[in-house]
Amino acid sequence: MSHHQEHFHFGYRRHPDQDRDNDPARHPVVVVGAGPVGLSLAIDLAQRGENVVLLDDADRIGEGSRAICFSKRALEVWDRLGVGARMVEKGVVWQVGKIFRRDEMVYQFDLLPETGHKMPAFINLQQYYAEAYLVERVQQLPQIDLRWRNKVTALAQHNDHAVLTIETPDGSYRLAADYVVACDGARSALRGMVGAEFAGEVFEDQFLIADVRMNAEFPTERWFWFDPPFHSGQSALLHRQPDNVWRIDLQIGADADAAVERLPGNVRPRIERMLGNSDFSFEWISIYKFQCRRMQRFLHERVIFAGDSAHQVSPFGARGANSGLEDGENIAWKLAMVLRGDAPASLLDSYEIERSQAADDNIRHSTRSTDFIAPHSKQERRLRDVALALARDVEFAKRMVNAGRLSTPTAYDTPLSTPDADAWSAGPKPGAALLDAPLQAADGGPVFLTDAFKAAGCGFVLLEIANGAAAPAPQGVRSLRIGKDAPLRDEEGLFTKRYDATPGAAYLLRPDGYVAARFRHPTQAALDAALARASGRAGR
Amino acid sequence: MTAALSTRSNFADPDAAYRMIVEAHRGVSDEQSAALDAALVLILANHIGDLDLLREAVTLAKRSVVSEGQG
Repeated sequence: MSHHQEHFHFGYRRHPDQDRDNDPARHPVVVVGAGPVGLSLAIDLAQRGENVVLLDDADRIGEGSRAICFSKRALEVWDRLGVGARMVEKGVVWQVGKIFRRDEMVYQFDLLPETGHKMPAFINLQQYYAEAYLVERVQQLPQIDLRWRNKVTALAQHNDHAVLTIETPDGSYRLAADYVVACDGARSALRGMVGAEFAGEVFEDQFLIADVRMNAEFPTERWFWFDPPFHSGQSALLHRQPDNVWRIDLQIGADADAAVERLPGNVRPRIERMLGNSDFSFEWISIYKFQCRRMQRFLHERVIFAGDSAHQVSPFGARGANSGLEDGENIAWKLAMVLRGDAPASLLDSYEIERSQAADDNIRHSTRSTDFIAPHSKQERRLRDVALALARDVEFAKRMVNAGRLSTPTAYDTPLSTPDADAWSAGPKPGAALLDAPLQAADGGPVFLTDAFKAAGCGFVLLEIANGAAAPAPQGVRSLRIGKDAPLRDEEGLFTKRYDATPGAAYLLRPDGYVAARFRHPTQAALDAALARASGRAGR
Repeated sequence: MTAALSTRSNFADPDAAYRMIVEAHRGVSDEQSAALDAALVLILANHIGDLDLLREAVTLAKRSVVSEGQG
């Protein structure tokens, strides 16, 4: 029980670096951990022209019931990395969530109530598929050297590099790197090696996670129950995955005996009560307790922490893997600029500033949701139950019902942003991620703004609303002109609406697609200053 | 006089308001919690300062509690 077929196996191969006894090979970046975060980060760095060594202590993927919900922002990142379409094609697309109390629906939400976006609000996809597609993409990129069964066992920090000791089936060897990015998960070995604490809140309630294979007619929506008839007094979650697999998540309380509860013979009747039949088989069963915690700092000299190694949340809200992918997109361009000498090393400080804000945001939302789902005291339970009872009748209480607030990208309050000097009635503010919009190319064909951004090379991009002469794009900044006679047209007017776009206005986008600055009437000097600031060369 | 109790969502961040109430009850006994809630009711009722509004609120609250248990 509790083992998938192992979906994907990879071979260990000896590398010439392993023969260099006293003189470890030096690489610009070593990424530790080939999960979704490490794989995506390696691809991002490679697409930016960097050589990457990617280490993983295992030689297979496909075990465990892990992340399933991937957010619009994560899909936009993956699209830029060349795997977005594949993920969406295999994944189950959804955007509606329903919350039930007993057998009555109390609240329904739609995460993307508008059209004109390339990527959906969410897909559900087993993590092993995501990892398999990322590995395939890695294999197309000669800049990435992926080494399986390479386990980091020691770390030494030096002035301008770090040295890793790595255990392999052929014994151990050492590797030097300008920067190490630790994407080695919640139980990060590197976190221990830098001596960092991982403090936060542990929730006492236990949750039974079962991935069940069945043919079912439930709609492709996120369904959450408080106190359902089939699981009295507790909560339940049902979510569809590809291949007729369904994620079921049942709260079983603080006192349940995990060793007993996880036995298939005990899980089966619970699921039968929920589904009303016994026509299913188990893909995976496990029991979890949730934690919300983070490292105090994500930068430790030459080691940078990203994903679960740096911060951990409960699963309500799909903020784990998605925030890790956002970490990756945030650090990739900064690291590439620093390694190329295009930015000072202090640019990396903004990673910690920006992603700390996101981690705090995610922990705050995740903690609130978990508190609502698993109240700490009698009084909290009464408050929760009364909110649910009122939610049948009144709007304000519906809005307080919290069964998970789903992941959206945090808008950064960051020294890289140039504050608005003009008035805007819409549009992503400096520090916020770009919003997609449907456009038309010169040949009339449809093209999304995210596609145009990607085609422009994912460096700094000036999004320019055409008005006669071109705006003075700083050197090295690609310009995307949108307007009536420009290379990109906004026939539906959605871009104009979403960006409060007036003729002559411009948005300066960072290489991760976040807004660095925006101007109604940009001048050369203002754009140069905004670019310098967003590159860590000025400001603060 | 037609009082109209607002049951729209009035907080920009309802989760933050909910959390503030939760946190107020952390670390006190169940009995103290009940007293804390009673104090909150009186404080907020006085702030509203309108008997008709208060009556509407009482009716709504009662309805949600009395209909409990009917499934």
